[in-house]
Amino acid sequence: MGALVQISLTLQFINLLAAMLLLIVFAMLGQRRIFSLINLFAWQGLVLSISTVVVAYSTAQQHLYYSAALTVLLKVLILPWLLYRLIRKLNIRWDVERLINIPTTMLVGIALVIFAFNLAAPISQLSEGITRGLIGIALASVLLSLLMMLTRRKAVSQVVAFLSLENSLFFAATSATQGMPLVVELGIALDVLVATFIFGIFFFQIRETFDSLDITHMEKLKDD
Amino acid sequence: MIDFQLLALLATPLLGGVFLALFGSRTWAAELNSLMSGATLLAAIVLTLRVIDSGPQVAFGEQFFIDPFNVFLVTLTAFVAFTTSLFSRPYMRIEQHHGKLNTPMLHLYYSMYQLFTFTMLVALTTNNMGIIWVAMEAATLSTVLLVSLYRTPASLEAAWKYFILCGVGIALALFGTILLYFAAERVLGEGGTALLWTHLNQVKGELEPTVLKLAFVFLLVGYGTKIGLVPLHSWLPDAHAEGPTPVSAVLSGLLLNVALCAVMRSKVLVDGSLGTHFAGNLMMGFGLLSVLVGALFLSRQKDVKRMFAYSSIEHMGLITFSFGMGGAVANFAAMLHMTMHSLTKSAIFFAVGHAVQKVGTQQMEHIRGLLHVSPTVGWGLLLGTFAILGMPPFGVFASEFLIITTAMHDYPWTTPILLLALGIAFASIFGKIQPMVFGATTAKPLPHPPALLPVFLHLFLVLLLGLYMPPYLANWYRQAAALFS
Repeated sequence: MGALVQISLTLQFINLLAAMLLLIVFAMLGQRRIFSLINLFAWQGLVLSISTVVVAYSTAQQHLYYSAALTVLLKVLILPWLLYRLIRKLNIRWDVERLINIPTTMLVGIALVIFAFNLAAPISQLSEGITRGLIGIALASVLLSLLMMLTRRKAVSQVVAFLSLENSLFFAATSATQGMPLVVELGIALDVLVATFIFGIFFFQIRETFDSLDITHMEKLKDD
Repeated sequence: MIDFQLLALLATPLLGGVFLALFGSRTWAAELNSLMSGATLLAAIVLTLRVIDSGPQVAFGEQFFIDPFNVFLVTLTAFVAFTTSLFSRPYMRIEQHHGKLNTPMLHLYYSMYQLFTFTMLVALTTNNMGIIWVAMEAATLSTVLLVSLYRTPASLEAAWKYFILCGVGIALALFGTILLYFAAERVLGEGGTALLWTHLNQVKGELEPTVLKLAFVFLLVGYGTKIGLVPLHSWLPDAHAEGPTPVSAVLSGLLLNVALCAVMRSKVLVDGSLGTHFAGNLMMGFGLLSVLVGALFLSRQKDVKRMFAYSSIEHMGLITFSFGMGGAVANFAAMLHMTMHSLTKSAIFFAVGHAVQKVGTQQMEHIRGLLHVSPTVGWGLLLGTFAILGMPPFGVFASEFLIITTAMHDYPWTTPILLLALGIAFASIFGKIQPMVFGATTAKPLPHPPALLPVFLHLFLVLLLGLYMPPYLANWYRQAAALFS
């Protein structure tokens, strides 16, 4: 009886965290300030690492503790710090992005969530125990991050969307499968870190060439 | 022993990358680059002989897996990487002479070139479906700064597009991999072995079909972005046109193949799990669309590298289509076409690279009379064009012929579409290349002698394989094709 109560408690907690993740992605979708966007990204990383710890605790998977520690280090500390440094150096800290039609974007977002839950329904039925239904949330976050990449016109916010996409995938991995093998996770983390550095190099090159980080300047290559 | 041979194959380009990161600005960096690529090719040949001799095997505690199919791509990759490094030595010197590149840029180019080779070889040889993903992403990361090497607005835009679109694509492939792991975990249990392809292959009949179906869709869309399948192809023409020509040659000739290899690995598992032709149908659909759209876009191109990029989309579509049909003959034809396309397309890019250097523009209407000023460049481009258009006796004819006859037999309704696309491609490409080669000239002499040996070496091989396929090679390809059927 005691074990049962405990499992349902952890389950509720993970569901709460999953809901928070979804809310954070929605908040990012509507956030105009680049500085706040990075803050939200850091929060997303924190919620992600807490949920990883909870899954690790409830399933007694030792290696998930390592990957939780890796998440905190990479996604809560290093990446946001790198991004803050970048926007300070590029002097765009207080930039406000002009987003067209936030309500429409939100409605499209809700439609995507429903679609994701439908798509994931047959898989959710297969998974037992604590992970049920979480795949739907993970897939919804993936699709919402993709939507964010489409709607953004600034290079920095596109990158934050890209990182949020990676976070959603990480959540899918921990919630649906109790974590990928550690060597794969380390490889993914390395890729993400290198990608962020390259994005940083790009920001400076783009700024130098176009005098702006607005990617609307970069729509010249077309077939004509 | 196989451990050692594999280690030699993977360590050579990695060490090359480290050396060139340290000494890439020396004057002999180009020679070191060729030397390391040559050593990689040597290691690949040794490994190939061994695998063809004694069959598929695993190495390093099952983390790597070599069978006739991936060793075929390993050899092809190492070979084209070597000849491209030979080509890039004078090519990059001429670019430097023209003031388009400086020493730090070349430094970056050489070290990234080796790392790119390394990531492709890892993606080909690894047994772990997760590591394939990591290596594919690393391959994007190592080439993205090469696409923007010239730092022109157009090259930056192309590189950004390449980075974002392939990043998104590959993220979807990661979701597919997670789903695959989710299905595998239920059969193989948790831990390291559940993503190993050899283990998955043994239990593929027990993997949950609904999950694998969804996983394959994500994997195909994800890796398909890198293959350049329509409608996920929009990064490809930009990256090929704006990057330096050696990079276009390896992207087009090699990276696309490596991504296709990842798709084929997944297809084997999905076929085993579903027992239907679901994966093949999807690949045929994407392939057919790519052939048609690639061919239709050819005639609208003004930039020569962009046109050949669309031709790559068309040919990768054809290969994907052929793999999608499945069966021993279609797989054989697809592998043959992969070889022919890699060799021919890189040869064309080499010739185009030197032609563009002579004229100073990539706009086809300004390139005239190549045959006059430099018969070798002119003939290289002309013969390469004949070869890629599938003219007999070049090898592309043989592989396209095989693909189309198989299609006629198994899926007759696709034949008119394929023939139409190939006809359009012929008319568009030949119509544009013909005035570039003949007629009065506008070209200038080059400050360094161009490297045309790789061009003619590739075309000679394509011609040879078109006329005569050695039994050893035919047997090897048959072995590899049998792995999928």
